[in-house]
Amino acid sequence: MSAGAIVPRARTAGPVAAPTGSGAGFAASIWKALAGVVDPEIPSISIVELGIVRSVERSGDDWLVSITPTYSGCPATRVIESDIRDALAQIGGRDIRVVTQLAPPWTTDWIAPEARRKLRETGIAPPKPSGPGRAAPIRVVRTSGPDDGPVACPRCGSLRTVLVARFGSTACKAQYRCTDCLEPFDYFKPY
Amino acid sequence: MDDDPRLFDYVLRLADNGVVLAQRLGEWVGKGPALEEDIALTNVGLDLLGQGRMWLAYAREIEARYAPPGRGEDALAFLRDGGEFRNLLLVEQPNGSYADTMARQFLFDQWHLMLLGALAGSKDERIAAIAAKAGKEVRYHVERSADWTIRLGDGTELSHRRMQDAVDALWMYTGEMFAVDAIERGLVAAGVAADAASLQGPWRSAVAAVFDEATLAMPGDGWMQGATGRGGKQGIHTEHLGHMLAEMQIVARSHPGARW
Repeated sequence: MSAGAIVPRARTAGPVAAPTGSGAGFAASIWKALAGVVDPEIPSISIVELGIVRSVERSGDDWLVSITPTYSGCPATRVIESDIRDALAQIGGRDIRVVTQLAPPWTTDWIAPEARRKLRETGIAPPKPSGPGRAAPIRVVRTSGPDDGPVACPRCGSLRTVLVARFGSTACKAQYRCTDCLEPFDYFKPY
Repeated sequence: MDDDPRLFDYVLRLADNGVVLAQRLGEWVGKGPALEEDIALTNVGLDLLGQGRMWLAYAREIEARYAPPGRGEDALAFLRDGGEFRNLLLVEQPNGSYADTMARQFLFDQWHLMLLGALAGSKDERIAAIAAKAGKEVRYHVERSADWTIRLGDGTELSHRRMQDAVDALWMYTGEMFAVDAIERGLVAAGVAADAASLQGPWRSAVAAVFDEATLAMPGDGWMQGATGRGGKQGIHTEHLGHMLAEMQIVARSHPGARW
């Protein structure tokens, strides 16, 4: 197994259909191993749920796992890559290569519904859709906060929350405070 | 490919803007005016460093094609001297006060966002992919730095004066962002590089809108440092870069070959 190659674009569009025969079983075991790799900064969520794994496909006699980075400078990226290699090393038999795919760029819209529920349970408000609204011109208003509408408190569900800081415990989160239950919380920003 | 040396130089320009500004923002660690600001500055720096690394990784591959084996990513960041850096003069300017840091950030972010938007349509797939990704992060940067420009500009008498002074002092470094030299001209014609000159109008409008809200006066256009083909993009820097690099590179240079 090797890693490190960077490819600008997806080789195939969308999730890859599992090949027939024993190949399908092998692909499933790769997916299963990857589902056991978690984000070190949000240990309740796997990298598959985060949308980091883009595809698992056959490439000749080898298998190719494409992953995509989240934030460019995310310190967890290297840890995740190394955890992926460790997890895949447990599957013997065939050569598995890991490539980093840059386009299309990762988006929080790829975070699975189940993972959104887990985020909330961890005390992190899940991201709102990154949607076309994010492509609108930059607003020039004095303010305060990202233009995503109210963010619900992950603890009490109140929409009466205020932005405290645009960056929180990690680059991907902002700090909010609930004015009802008064608890501070992280908001996973749309990306 | 005959274009490789030019392409290397161009990608290095993109990389060095990120690396140098990230280092400047990192200098604020532990000294931010509030904990949240400290964290925010370094998170913006982290994004820029991550982007810088993606560009450097590409630059390394290009160099390896025409001058094998080429240098490693670390060698490019830590073992080049000032004259080999290709960043804009604006991003190497010292942090100064918070107004100086935020003015530098806003003037750069606004340009950076527009540049990346143009590069996302590059015929070079790798450049397009990195630009599309980086653009998502820089959008957030400019929202933040525009917000601070307004808060300080239209804040107290003191914060207004400091913001206006900062903008006035940094203005002469903005012309370079739109100066297209021979290296860029060839790559623009090939559909690879962005035509920076075409960004000047939209950039001015966007900056003017924020300044207007911030009650800041748009500086007059005087001499623009580095805009005539002898600036940061050509490796001719202000005296500040060397001092900054001394700190940034000392560990790598003191312990050659060290791994971390």
